[in-house]
Amino acid sequence: MAMPIADKDVVWVEEPPMNFWESTFLPAIVQGLKITSSHWTDFKTVTEQYPEQKPVLPLNYRGVHRLNRDEKGRVKCVACMMCATACPAHCISIEATEAPKDDPLWADRDKYPASFVLDELKCIYCGMCEEACPCDAIELTHIYDLTGATREEMLFDKEKLLSVFDQTKDSGRDPVRTSRGRLSGCSEFTALPPLAPATAVKPDDRSAKAPSPGVISQ
Amino acid sequence: MSELLQIPLVMAALAIVVALSAILTACAYLILLERKLSAWMQDRLGPNRVGPFGLLQPLADGVKLLIKEAVIPDHVDRFLYLLGPAISVFTTMLAFAVVPFGPVSHKPGEFPFIIAPNIDLGIVFIFAVTSLAIYSIILGGWASNNKYSALGSLRASAQVVSYEIPLGMSIVGVALLNHTMSLERILLDQAQAGFAGWNIWYQPVAALIFFIAAMAESNRLPFDLTECEQELVGGFHTEYSGLKWAMFFLGEYTHVITISFLMSILFFGGWHCPVIAEADSAYAGAWAVKVAVLLIKVSGFIILIQLLRWTIPRFRFDQLMGLAWKVLIPLATANVLLVMCVLEFGFDPLWLLPLSIGLFAGAGLIGTQTTMRGGETGSRRRGAEVAHH
Repeated sequence: MAMPIADKDVVWVEEPPMNFWESTFLPAIVQGLKITSSHWTDFKTVTEQYPEQKPVLPLNYRGVHRLNRDEKGRVKCVACMMCATACPAHCISIEATEAPKDDPLWADRDKYPASFVLDELKCIYCGMCEEACPCDAIELTHIYDLTGATREEMLFDKEKLLSVFDQTKDSGRDPVRTSRGRLSGCSEFTALPPLAPATAVKPDDRSAKAPSPGVISQ
Repeated sequence: MSELLQIPLVMAALAIVVALSAILTACAYLILLERKLSAWMQDRLGPNRVGPFGLLQPLADGVKLLIKEAVIPDHVDRFLYLLGPAISVFTTMLAFAVVPFGPVSHKPGEFPFIIAPNIDLGIVFIFAVTSLAIYSIILGGWASNNKYSALGSLRASAQVVSYEIPLGMSIVGVALLNHTMSLERILLDQAQAGFAGWNIWYQPVAALIFFIAAMAESNRLPFDLTECEQELVGGFHTEYSGLKWAMFFLGEYTHVITISFLMSILFFGGWHCPVIAEADSAYAGAWAVKVAVLLIKVSGFIILIQLLRWTIPRFRFDQLMGLAWKVLIPLATANVLLVMCVLEFGFDPLWLLPLSIGLFAGAGLIGTQTTMRGGETGSRRRGAEVAHH
């Protein structure tokens, strides 16, 4: 049954009437010219002069990977293959091996990666490996301008990834991160440093009792 | 050496060399100026990497366009395809031959600041030659064998042909007032009459019409429907690359320069400036001051045209044609009528100023009746109410 629309439901929208001067559109043009010429004269440009001015990246920017070392200088990675499994681009290849049994340095470690190859060209920089790692071993740094002359050069092996760590651990932009709120067995932190909450948390709220209140966990 | 310069042809050749090289360099740097101004208006910097402030950018652009592969697509009509840009540059450069760019002198040994002096029909020559420029757009679009280009050139031809009429008619008033069609004479008359003799005081409406029609002629925003990217990829110049494309834009920028010259010469007194560059200034270096004054006025108009590019939204094609046929042509006709009446009945030409403003007001009042009353929508509502019952 098609009902005609009732009159009371119809809203007639009319153009606002213009007076004589407005109808010539000349005042509008003059106003437009004032706006554009004021942009000339206030010298506020939003251009970043790269490469003299580098962009300010957000703190969790996903750039080139690194393998973290623990405080004894050993690689943190225990070759559990979680990052290789989580990677959607299948760019991580790990070969696990037993830690040397007669080396006192490796006394409390079972496994470590004999070879850890990450293809930076295949990687889509999604950060799933960083999220999957239980030992805070693999992280993405803020390095965005990675270049290479050959494809082989961009297959980062363990030494190269560790060298990225050595370069960036003190840069201030890439602190060693953990999965906030969840300390796993092989993390070197026993407590988390205080972190400002992402959202305001009332003290009587249930989330105030979390290890890091206010953090939006993944 | 100086007897060589006494030969008029040699002097004309020298003037051609000076003028054309100046124009071609100016075109290249106008493109840079346009990019910088457009950038500043949009809160960014223009090209600033090549040379200080990007001053070598036109050189880089020129070299790039020159060494680019000259691709001629397989499906084009070769002769017409190559003829299009050639006509564009040819006609616009030719139109500049009668435009004075300094204090014109006809004495044999002095530099005539005009390429072709003593042409009594200067204005008619310019309009005739620039009307030929539409061929370049039509040929460019047609020869490209491409629907978008053909559409663009069709629209462009309709637009240019329509705006030729108010362009010519707005100048009829000026020609009648100064009793001459020669650009040099018009300039000289304004200079001799002083600041109050500038034609802008007598023909403000004609100046406005001329400016709008000239911008439409050279396909500048807000009239650039024919080459806008949102609608037509590139319009008539889609299939052109490298130097052929550069020639189209050389022609367009030369046209912009020519109309800025015409605006300043016809309406704003050319090289005349109240104290420093009077008609009888003959101090040493007066010619340089006069050329500088003219160039300042011309650059002012060029900057205004480039400002307007980013100020006014583009016209729709029917609005564009409506503006030409329904607004500018009647206004220009009425303006010519006014001038004829004033001249016939012997009134003081200064009467033209209030009469022109009155004409503008009257035309505006007539033309804006519909928008002021909320006309169309109101009548639609009244019609709907009637139909509903």
